[in-house]
Amino acid sequence: MPLMRHSNEVREMAGELGKYKLCVSARSADKAILKRAQDGGIVTQLFKFALEEGIIEGAIVAGPGDEPWRPRPFIATTVEELMSASGTKYNISPQVSWIKEATRSYGLDKIGIVGTPCQMQAVRKGQLYPVGLRDVPDKIKLAIGIFCMENFSYQSVKQLVEDHAAMKMEAVKKMEIGKGKFWVYGQRGQVVQLPLKVTHKYEQPGCHVCLDYVANLADVSTGSVGSPDGWSTVFVRTRNGDDIWSKAIAAGCFETKPIEQVKPGLELVTKLATEKITKNQKTVEERAKFGVNKSLRNPYLGPK
Amino acid sequence: MAETIKKEEKPVADKITVGHVHMSGCTGCLVSLADNYGGLLTILDKYADLVYGLTLADVRHIPKMDVALVEGSVCIQDKISVQEIKETREKAAVVVAVGGCACYGNITRFTRGGQQNQPQHESYLPVGDLIKVDVYIPGCAPCPQLIRNVCVMAYLLLKGNKDQQELAKKYLTPLMLLADRGTEACGCDLMYDVVNQGLCMGCGSCAAACPVRAITHEYGKPNVNREMCIKCGACYAQCPRSFFNFDVIPEFEGIMDAIDAALK
Repeated sequence: MPLMRHSNEVREMAGELGKYKLCVSARSADKAILKRAQDGGIVTQLFKFALEEGIIEGAIVAGPGDEPWRPRPFIATTVEELMSASGTKYNISPQVSWIKEATRSYGLDKIGIVGTPCQMQAVRKGQLYPVGLRDVPDKIKLAIGIFCMENFSYQSVKQLVEDHAAMKMEAVKKMEIGKGKFWVYGQRGQVVQLPLKVTHKYEQPGCHVCLDYVANLADVSTGSVGSPDGWSTVFVRTRNGDDIWSKAIAAGCFETKPIEQVKPGLELVTKLATEKITKNQKTVEERAKFGVNKSLRNPYLGPK
Repeated sequence: MAETIKKEEKPVADKITVGHVHMSGCTGCLVSLADNYGGLLTILDKYADLVYGLTLADVRHIPKMDVALVEGSVCIQDKISVQEIKETREKAAVVVAVGGCACYGNITRFTRGGQQNQPQHESYLPVGDLIKVDVYIPGCAPCPQLIRNVCVMAYLLLKGNKDQQELAKKYLTPLMLLADRGTEACGCDLMYDVVNQGLCMGCGSCAAACPVRAITHEYGKPNVNREMCIKCGACYAQCPRSFFNFDVIPEFEGIMDAIDAALK
């Protein structure tokens, strides 16, 4: 039988940061967006531009769900809806679940989607192998990826916030992972920091086989790592991403700085990407000899 | 003196031959193939001659062909079906099971006979239970664009240059491995082979792929309504943690360009 090629072999060809045409540090030029943004407001700003220019008719974003800080994927077709979804939630929002519905119930021909690196992998697999995605592949017009070390279930975040940080979920104003800590900011101004060591055991298990840190398969990917506070690192990757990003720059949507001129810069991004991928590659290998002459599945080798 | 008749030359000499073999299916798979509209005409124009197909080609017996697209499961009480599926294996170099019924039985898994006008027809088997199948295209109905991609790749595999053959092989490999995996599929696969294996990361692909909306997500993990599941296999095949081939998917831009160009 044929075998799919080993993931480490191929990964080395593309490098930890994936293919990209351009890398900058950037932030939105819109004060209202920055005020609500996790970092540089890149995702909200780029979708807003794409919506207003008719590049997309709607974007699948992670908006407010039934419980505080529980995201729910929904399709934003207006700037107001887009704004309601800004900020990072640090737990799972099954973004791709709406990708066919967006073209059906919503009748959209041009869709934007934001997601984690694994969700970008799902989108690209869906475009090349559209098993259950009739007429979807050519309707995805802007896929924005966000850097991701790992994700949490809602219950895990609740455990961290309510048990470890001793704060009510509804009292939280912002959550953040940065500078080696998990930060919880309260509405009343209190700040609790948890060492990442505490958070590790609550991570989503499926994240431990992920071999992508900076959303290598997105059109444009972004995250805080590498850039100063209030700014984001942006990779422009595909021809399509490049086209949209250039237009947004020409329209004055973003302030940018060359990535070489900011601290801590690409060096840190590369370091974290290498750490994640090396660790997870090891997990994949350990799974192969997990039991006694029994292995756990390796999705990178095939569907069996 | 006999007049010499000059035959019209084929515009493309090197087409592959393709047949559509109709077992017990609803013709939805064939409609999906047709739903490529202009793309289908380009495929038939440039790459493939349709040499067999109940509704499309006036050929009675299964001829020799490069690729057989088989739709539907096989009713083992129907002698002709059994004979034809065996013949398909003998006559076709590559057998592709198109759609949930051919791959996994799909809704025909639920039949117990009693339907008019052949009430004794009660046992329906996925094609792979009777013959070796090379490539799977799961789903109900299968997606037109995936059928298109497989057709283009099959052409490249059989008639392309070395690089194209290499690409086609890499592209088709996971679909061949799916065929090798077996003839049973269910929403349960998401539990057994993804969640139970510690691989689910809650992307939502399964729910998007499900044709009957049997899958929702509870706190980021799939929840399958098994009463609704028709066993088409789309959810598991769509899941990026069923297979994810790093030698193909990261090249999505180039491959999609190539397929678009091939269909122009």
